[in-house]
Amino acid sequence: MKSLKVILNGLVTENPTFVLLLGMCPTLGTTSSAINGMSMGLATTFVLICSNVVISLIKNLVPDKVRIPAYVVVIAAFVSVLQMCMEAYVPAIYETLGLFIPLIVVNCIVLGRAEAFAAKNNAWYSALDGVGIGLGFTFALTLLGAIRELLGTGKVFSMTVFSENYGALVFVLAPGAFIALGYLIAIVNKIRKA
Amino acid sequence: MKGDKNMKLESNFKNMVLVLTIISLIAAGVLGAVYTVTEEPIAIAKAEKQQAAIQQVLNGFDRLEDETVNGLLVHKAYQGDAFVGAAVESETNGFGGKIKIMVGFDKEGNIIDYAILQQAETPGLGTKMVDWFKTDKNNQNIKGKNPEKNKLTVTKDGGEVDAITAATISSRAFLAAVNLAYNAYAANSGAPAVNVVSGATQHIATDSVASAVADTVQVPTDSINALNE
Repeated sequence: MKSLKVILNGLVTENPTFVLLLGMCPTLGTTSSAINGMSMGLATTFVLICSNVVISLIKNLVPDKVRIPAYVVVIAAFVSVLQMCMEAYVPAIYETLGLFIPLIVVNCIVLGRAEAFAAKNNAWYSALDGVGIGLGFTFALTLLGAIRELLGTGKVFSMTVFSENYGALVFVLAPGAFIALGYLIAIVNKIRKA
Repeated sequence: MKGDKNMKLESNFKNMVLVLTIISLIAAGVLGAVYTVTEEPIAIAKAEKQQAAIQQVLNGFDRLEDETVNGLLVHKAYQGDAFVGAAVESETNGFGGKIKIMVGFDKEGNIIDYAILQQAETPGLGTKMVDWFKTDKNNQNIKGKNPEKNKLTVTKDGGEVDAITAATISSRAFLAAVNLAYNAYAANSGAPAVNVVSGATQHIATDSVASAVADTVQVPTDSINALNE
């Protein structure tokens, strides 16, 4: 029962993007299309799960005063592993996302969950927390990416919905990211309060 | 919970140095192992991509000869003994980093096709270069054009190619790379070179000026040498 609660916590109650407002930089930067948002979310999910498990396993071995550098080393190692594996086995996805992968190291969601959850819970719950938060992040990024892609270019997942000529280019650019995210957060808050 | 606290290692100097060193060593070991495992697949993937790009930008050839001209790699294509064209790997700096492209020319110097090998442009804007310059719409298409006869710069700069909407810098950089590729091709086949209008960064232009100056300086020294002899 608690397992399900941990997953739902990340997906809904403490959704990293819509509720905690964490990791805004990759959120705004990578969501110019739905597929980019989704890939970034999934890559972050992988790193979150791995780092959460390892950190919860080593939490008692790490002295408090050096825990942040220790966690950062663990997270950075997983990100580099992910980057090399992607470049080797899925070069097509690596090509579109390559630039953003190293940024996962400094994504505050990953370090935030390590500090707030993994350092206090066992490996199983930490893994589930990684799944929940990761999927919540993926969902938010995919949704934001789809909205920006639709309003900006008239496509969703590269499938044309209406002609590109009617798209508002601003939604693909940075200002559109802020506008779309602002309205999404407002809508999510309205639904949560109702 | 209280048990947990007691189990935690004390934050003294020895523990901190020891733990951080061990964690870093393990991480380095893991990275080294993954690097060794993925090194070969990465190299294969890159080589495959290069081969696929050559296949895409050239048609009808049965062997290639690689040559380096002006620092660019030129794959000269032959059908039997007849020269049928060349695929040139060219690079410039774009809006978000290095742009590396492969451009195919037929034996008259017309552009057959191009492929993007590497780029880090803004997703949704500059990244459109992948197919923007081969789409038949207004003056976007550069396929079939000859950089010697057609001025391949963006219309804003007096050229005849439409820039990508909201990505003029990326477009300039891309076209500069195409012109650089043509110059490497032309240097090889004896056709006159074209002026390269640089995109985001000026150092490409200055580079070519520098090499041009070096070329002209070369002539007098040669003649002096001749006189001395």
